[in-house]
Amino acid sequence: MPNTGKSTLFNRMTGSSARVGNWPGITVELLTGKILLGSDMVEIVDLPGIYDLHGFSEDEQVVRHFLHDNVPDLALIVLNATQIERQLSLLLQLKQLNLNMVVLLNMADEARKFGITIDTAKMTEALGIPIFLLSAKYGAGYNEALQSVTKALRYTTPGMAEHLRDQLEQDGHIEREMARVLQHSVQVPARLPDNLTDQLDRLMLHPWLGLPIFFGIMYLLFQAIFLFGQPLQTGVNDLFTWLRDAAITPLLSSLPAALQGLLLDGIYNGVATVAAFIPLIVLFFLFMAIVEDTGYLSRAAFLMDALMAKMGLDGRSFVMLLMGFGCNVPALMGSRVMRSRNLRLLTMLVIPFSLCSARLQVFVFITAALFSPKAAPLVLFSLYLYSFGAAILTALVFKRYLPNSEPFVLELPPYRFPTLRQMALRGWHEVYHFIHRASKFIVAGVVLVWLLTHLPPSAAPASADTLAGIIGAWLHPLFAPLGINEQLTIALIFGFVAKEIVIGSLAVIYGLGGEALGGALAHQLDWVQAYSFMLFTLIYTPCLSAIATLRSESKNTGFMLFSIGWSLALAWVLSLAFYQGARSLGY
Amino acid sequence: MPAVALSTLAAGETATIAAIHTEGPLHQRLLAMGFRTGKLIEVIRHARFSGPLQVRIGTTDILLRRNEAEKIMVKKS
Repeated sequence: MPNTGKSTLFNRMTGSSARVGNWPGITVELLTGKILLGSDMVEIVDLPGIYDLHGFSEDEQVVRHFLHDNVPDLALIVLNATQIERQLSLLLQLKQLNLNMVVLLNMADEARKFGITIDTAKMTEALGIPIFLLSAKYGAGYNEALQSVTKALRYTTPGMAEHLRDQLEQDGHIEREMARVLQHSVQVPARLPDNLTDQLDRLMLHPWLGLPIFFGIMYLLFQAIFLFGQPLQTGVNDLFTWLRDAAITPLLSSLPAALQGLLLDGIYNGVATVAAFIPLIVLFFLFMAIVEDTGYLSRAAFLMDALMAKMGLDGRSFVMLLMGFGCNVPALMGSRVMRSRNLRLLTMLVIPFSLCSARLQVFVFITAALFSPKAAPLVLFSLYLYSFGAAILTALVFKRYLPNSEPFVLELPPYRFPTLRQMALRGWHEVYHFIHRASKFIVAGVVLVWLLTHLPPSAAPASADTLAGIIGAWLHPLFAPLGINEQLTIALIFGFVAKEIVIGSLAVIYGLGGEALGGALAHQLDWVQAYSFMLFTLIYTPCLSAIATLRSESKNTGFMLFSIGWSLALAWVLSLAFYQGARSLGY
Repeated sequence: MPAVALSTLAAGETATIAAIHTEGPLHQRLLAMGFRTGKLIEVIRHARFSGPLQVRIGTTDILLRRNEAEKIMVKKS
């Protein structure tokens, strides 16, 4: 079942840091991990949660195909103990497959709070399957369950019935069976106690206050990121500058000048400028993790569904847009929970306009360099509004070509708070991911930028005679009306690969890192040019990974090309409108 | 008491599910979420601007649009 804590359990078992959140359908990829159980090496696969075996959404198909193609030695069925009353139906469906199973009733801590008592011994007897209560989040009951899993692995799955599908249709049978099992082993209080979730929802989902509270929370969140992230970033920057002056420059002084330039002004400056964003990214994802884990995303879907329906989307599309603020790639993949292809395509068309954390780096850097500390957070917030605006405009333009009548039915989980362990795991995961990207894209990117700005060797670095200068001059007629100069044009070309490179490549182009680069930009650009550049960066294609994901998720190259073309055109038109508008107003 | 559509219930009202007039995937999904004839269902709240309803069946809270709620017939208790 979705949102029962499978990934939390998977992380506990394998020590990995799969993404967890209080939102049904957060696992869309199959993650695997190997652990030693007893004396055997066991491979564990984290499957997406499903409502029933013959569901039609893409994540349900993934599970069905997986079970069809790979008969597991043992299936761990994770159910939510508080919802055992209805989740039992999936278990009974699975039981008919003759799988070797162990059932883990997760969230035992929540069930206890609800006053639900489950007699696992009686239930085991009634079902003929080992059943354990546990809390994957806090670890209670985990060891007992693991021992039984080890034991159950000795008996492998006997095989699977081929006529599975017809069997699954026998709902009447399942209903009787459910009643029989539940009658003796589960007690649920007739009326749930008025708990914290109900009290919070009365405020958060208030008919008039709900939406203002939502926007208030978002605003405070981004303010906080800016407020805490900025000093941390400056600190890391200072550290890198000190390291360069104190250790690296003397160390490299014996090398030829060109190589020194490449290593110091190319790789070191570029990577250091980008690496300074690590604290900001960790902070951003910690806040996002709290929002995701608390279950507020489903509330946002509830509040926004009526408005999203007018754009041909639904509440879930809105949640994907919010997830896109972290990174567009998982948000694009998260749209798999939708069954209607048109709704999915429309959602995938708007997600790339979400101002992701990589673009946030560019904006934080430039706003800090060109705007006063008072104005900078407002400028940043205005870019978030543009991000929403571009998404809304796109949906309104294309909704008639992608009509859908997808039903909107969604579970509303109770509020939960992430443990420190979960937050630490998430933070580490994002840093790892960032460093992984850095080693792949960013180093290659900054080296390429350095070469472009220093070749041919006869030209003065970063001058009009270098390769970069020639490309910049060639594209100049296209970008001059937007107020974007030749150096920034080069950075935009590299931003097509990944937005993390934009600031790094500017560092290489100007041959300056950190605050010195900010100073150079402030000297060369006025705020209208800088804002126009940021608008273009915001709206044109997010990065190569997002493009690849668009292609693989839509399985349609035409759609991918269309998305690229539309976002480039929209970026150009909006930047042009802004720049020429501001200039004609006398700014 | 005649059956009425779930969408006509006010917030705070409780009813018993009498019939579910949906088909295919939506029907499966509703069953899996605990919608079954004879079950008690409570409407917790409605969203603004004709948005979705929040309903509660047993220990599960579910959001669904009015379109879908119109297809579920209930008897007020």
